[in-house]
Amino acid sequence: MAYNFKETMNKPERLAPGHRMCAGCGGTIAVRNVLRGLHEGDKAVIGNATGCLEVSTFTYPYTAWEDSYIHNAFENAGATMSGVEGAYNALKRKGKLDETYKFITFGGDGGTYDIGFQSLSGAMERNHDMVYVCYDNGAYMNTGIQRSSATPMYADTTTTPVGSESNGKMQNRKDLAAIIASHDIPYVAQTTFVQNFKDLHIKSEKAIYTPGAAFLNIMAPCPRGWRYNAPDIMEICKLGVETCYWPLFEVVEGKWILNYEPKKKLPVEEFLSKQGRFKHLFKPGNEHLIEEFQKEVDRRWEELLFKCSK
Amino acid sequence: MGKRERLSGNEAVAIALRQINPDVFPAFPITPSTEIPQYFATFVANGQVDTEFITVESEHSSMSATIGASAAGARALTATSSCGLAYMWEELYIAASNRLPLALALVNRALSGPININCDHSDSMGARDAGWIQIYAENNQEAYDNMVQAYRISEHKDVRLPIMICQDGFITSHAVENIELLDDADVKNFVGEYEPENYLLNPEQPMAVGPYAISDYYMEAKRNQAEGMKNAVAVVKDVAKEFAQISGREYGLFEEYCMEEAERAVVIIGSAAGTTKDAIDALRAKGEKVGLIKIRLYRPFPAEELAETLKNVKAVAIMDRAEGYTNHGGPLGADVMSALFRARSQALAVNYVYGLGGRDVRVEDMESVFEDLKQIVADGDAGETYRYLGIRE
Repeated sequence: MAYNFKETMNKPERLAPGHRMCAGCGGTIAVRNVLRGLHEGDKAVIGNATGCLEVSTFTYPYTAWEDSYIHNAFENAGATMSGVEGAYNALKRKGKLDETYKFITFGGDGGTYDIGFQSLSGAMERNHDMVYVCYDNGAYMNTGIQRSSATPMYADTTTTPVGSESNGKMQNRKDLAAIIASHDIPYVAQTTFVQNFKDLHIKSEKAIYTPGAAFLNIMAPCPRGWRYNAPDIMEICKLGVETCYWPLFEVVEGKWILNYEPKKKLPVEEFLSKQGRFKHLFKPGNEHLIEEFQKEVDRRWEELLFKCSK
Repeated sequence: MGKRERLSGNEAVAIALRQINPDVFPAFPITPSTEIPQYFATFVANGQVDTEFITVESEHSSMSATIGASAAGARALTATSSCGLAYMWEELYIAASNRLPLALALVNRALSGPININCDHSDSMGARDAGWIQIYAENNQEAYDNMVQAYRISEHKDVRLPIMICQDGFITSHAVENIELLDDADVKNFVGEYEPENYLLNPEQPMAVGPYAISDYYMEAKRNQAEGMKNAVAVVKDVAKEFAQISGREYGLFEEYCMEEAERAVVIIGSAAGTTKDAIDALRAKGEKVGLIKIRLYRPFPAEELAETLKNVKAVAIMDRAEGYTNHGGPLGADVMSALFRARSQALAVNYVYGLGGRDVRVEDMESVFEDLKQIVADGDAGETYRYLGIRE
């Protein structure tokens, strides 16, 4: 069925207002738009790793989730949903359940790239019929902006603070989408908030309705951790894509597909300069740091083009 | 009724699980419990069960998936030992606080380090405060019978707590013994269908599981769990009564062996109870008034009932197959002594740590414990209350 923006946006909200996520939080934007990928009438069980999203949307005795929802712990969202999906299969087999359910798990980069990595890898390798969605804001935001393996190089975080002997995080970020693609699951995609959410909506629906395991990596900026003016979120996401820092791609049954190639790739400064966590890079004498950053972006972009046979 | 067989404890538990036909079994191998999922995998492979068997990548994930499955409305379980249970530790508390009636077939093994694959109770004793019902077995028959009774206890509406069915690694899990199995139909009937009230896959009513609860609510949640534990005692007894009707085998909160007019008693958990019974038989033949209490239900702890049974005993030795590192003894010692204190018991009580990491416990060892108790009674003084049995000093 062809994509229809109006219809997609008119679907009832499955994450109710009144939750306690920050104004302008990228995580919430990711969740609301992923859930628009569900077909009306289909039921879902939503899973969630511990993090901002969990503590702010399911504070006893209130829940913002219209669907059934399970939070277990920080490092086991993949395994927990494996059990839920297993129960669904067993109850279906025993004739105890008629309805169709879809299984969608959300985790931040802490719960996904790091502490929950083993559980995620196991769930993907076993090819459970579920979607794991990482809302990647590039640090442990819930505990107060500590670095993760998703934090980009040179970012100023509370465990990689910029100081007289430090320029922030020393290491490059882990390429999780590529690692999950190496699990040979049916569907992997990377996206963010661009093109009026069209890319995100289409990928969410595909991920949800592809039989077997699917993984979505969504760049979801955090106004507190990235230190930008909250209304600039859409601009920052656009610059992430236009600088090729955060390319839009899919891996469908092992085939790499580039979804968007900027006509003119912008220099990465455009993306970095909007964010307080990279402020130190723009001090005189630090030009070489931006050069280093650009070199890594270029290297990864070239590698992606190669994978996509461009 | 029933069928006589010769089985290892692991195979007996696996057969109980085949007869129960649970919905979901996530599993990860660890010695000595590995055989349980292995046997079960062959049942799956041969279409003897309808179970979703999920071969996860760790014990943390096996318990996480069991929790997910149970919350979703399935009858779920896993099996593990030792470090596997330790790795699940966080999840044990979550299972209990979510009031999920899932089961765990635990084959007791020493915790590392040094790494050791043999029996002691340090694994499950470490989990004694997690909010799980814990039931222990002396032999293969009991391991099987306890597994058959597990869900009737955990799923009871007044309980709704996870249950750990424990047996001794290698000593019962791998030793082949005579056993009487129930008919498949009898087990199916006895266990019954699982009909949860609230669950994730209930199309009529969605549910949210695993909230963030601030100080305003957390303590009430914990208090509610304690209520389930309180109720579990009567349920364990009732289920045992019903079980006796189909099996002819009777169970209680603990077993009393030669406790009538006993002046000296041993309190013990697990397979070493059998060894102790041999020692008691020999001593009783010589006219010595010795007896045994074998704990079956360790959590919740039947403190009042135990103190009542011990009320005329002059000296008691409490045997711990786990260290507590309190400098006073092990966890069972602490529980029994506290029960005796509250009952204003005058019994002289000592606590032995024994059998760690599979250290053999012989009949002579248990005879020496009764000999120690005789001296204690003669002295009218317990002496050192924190002792080791069978250690090279």
